[in-house]
Amino acid sequence: MKNIHKIKVLTVAVAVSLFAFNCSNDDDDNMNNAPDFSGTYSQEDQMGRPAINTVFVSAASKDMFNVTIPSAQGAAFQSMFQTNLKALSPAYANPGDKNALGLDAAAFTGLLATDVLTVALDKPTTFYDGTNVLTGRNLADDVITVELILIFGGETGLTMSENPTLSNDNVNANDKPFLPSFPYLASPW
Amino acid sequence: MKNLKTVIGIGVIAVASFFVIAADHIDAPAVKGGSSDITDFYAFRGQNTDNMVFVANIQGLLSPSATSSAKFAEDVLIEFNIDNTGDNVEDLVIQAISKNGKMYFFGPVAPAQTGLNSTIQYTSTIGGVVDITPYGTNAKISTNGGMSFFAGPRDDPFFFDFAQYSAIIAGTATGGFNNPGADTFAGTNVLSIVVEVPKSMIAGSGTTINTWVESKRK
Repeated sequence: MKNIHKIKVLTVAVAVSLFAFNCSNDDDDNMNNAPDFSGTYSQEDQMGRPAINTVFVSAASKDMFNVTIPSAQGAAFQSMFQTNLKALSPAYANPGDKNALGLDAAAFTGLLATDVLTVALDKPTTFYDGTNVLTGRNLADDVITVELILIFGGETGLTMSENPTLSNDNVNANDKPFLPSFPYLASPW
Repeated sequence: MKNLKTVIGIGVIAVASFFVIAADHIDAPAVKGGSSDITDFYAFRGQNTDNMVFVANIQGLLSPSATSSAKFAEDVLIEFNIDNTGDNVEDLVIQAISKNGKMYFFGPVAPAQTGLNSTIQYTSTIGGVVDITPYGTNAKISTNGGMSFFAGPRDDPFFFDFAQYSAIIAGTATGGFNNPGADTFAGTNVLSIVVEVPKSMIAGSGTTINTWVESKRK
């Protein structure tokens, strides 16, 4: 018992919940102190890729988008996304117009309407780095400029945008440097 | 809305009802500015490239003076979802929920049920707990079973000239973006939850996962 108690003291800071809920007969103290996490938690917000709900979902549907499971989002929202994309950007005005990924309005919004972030476990993480596309999202990725290029840039958006003043917000980095190690995000202001 | 009022002079309130764009900040009427409002989601390889890092930020646009009183709500679950089979349905979740100044993490573990309603997987033997870092102190980090954990205020890592974009959409900036632009999120904070996980706990080598984050309230 004594040794077990010592171990518990050492690890309580990182594993109190685990000990508490794996309660053996020796763990009665922790079991009594276990937080109550019972009950059902119901969804209010969700997010995969940046700026999807905010850009492509019409005002009256934003709450609904947040409580539609990803596997149902495409069927429910692709059409709305396509309508809003074409209203937003002249780069899709003509039949056959595509973006720098070679996607027309239907294909691009078909990709976006399912709002999940694809992450390639074995590749360098980037939203887009010139080679890798959507292998995750790094803190320093200029995701807004990538999205602006794909929305406004047209077929040659990466090198010669059809709407150059709309394809880059000219804010290219965060206002504080990120950390090289955990927790990676900069300290608060 | 309280948080928004602290960001004066950037026109957020004026344009928010017309057309809101940010990463996911104040994205929808039911959640904007509240304790369940997700502002951003990141997933990237860690410093140790055998690990993946998941970041959920909530409660955006916190001014420094508002940050010390910002709290994780104890009735709000933040849930990282991982689909490793390509059907956009979560196969694993990492759940984070606060209690008495600590953030508890459960998983990666298969959820009891997929979809809009969750129960906490507190019988999971995988996870950990970390003291929530108070504003103005060094980051408090804990590790357990190869995972690392953090919860607390951080600088908002998102950057964007949201004000100019809003002006463009409103039709009052026909010249487009400025060069250089102005980062609307400069000097603002968020509440962050960061968890680093060995890839082997997520999926097999070479897998491309689909991942997203949810907030759920009891």
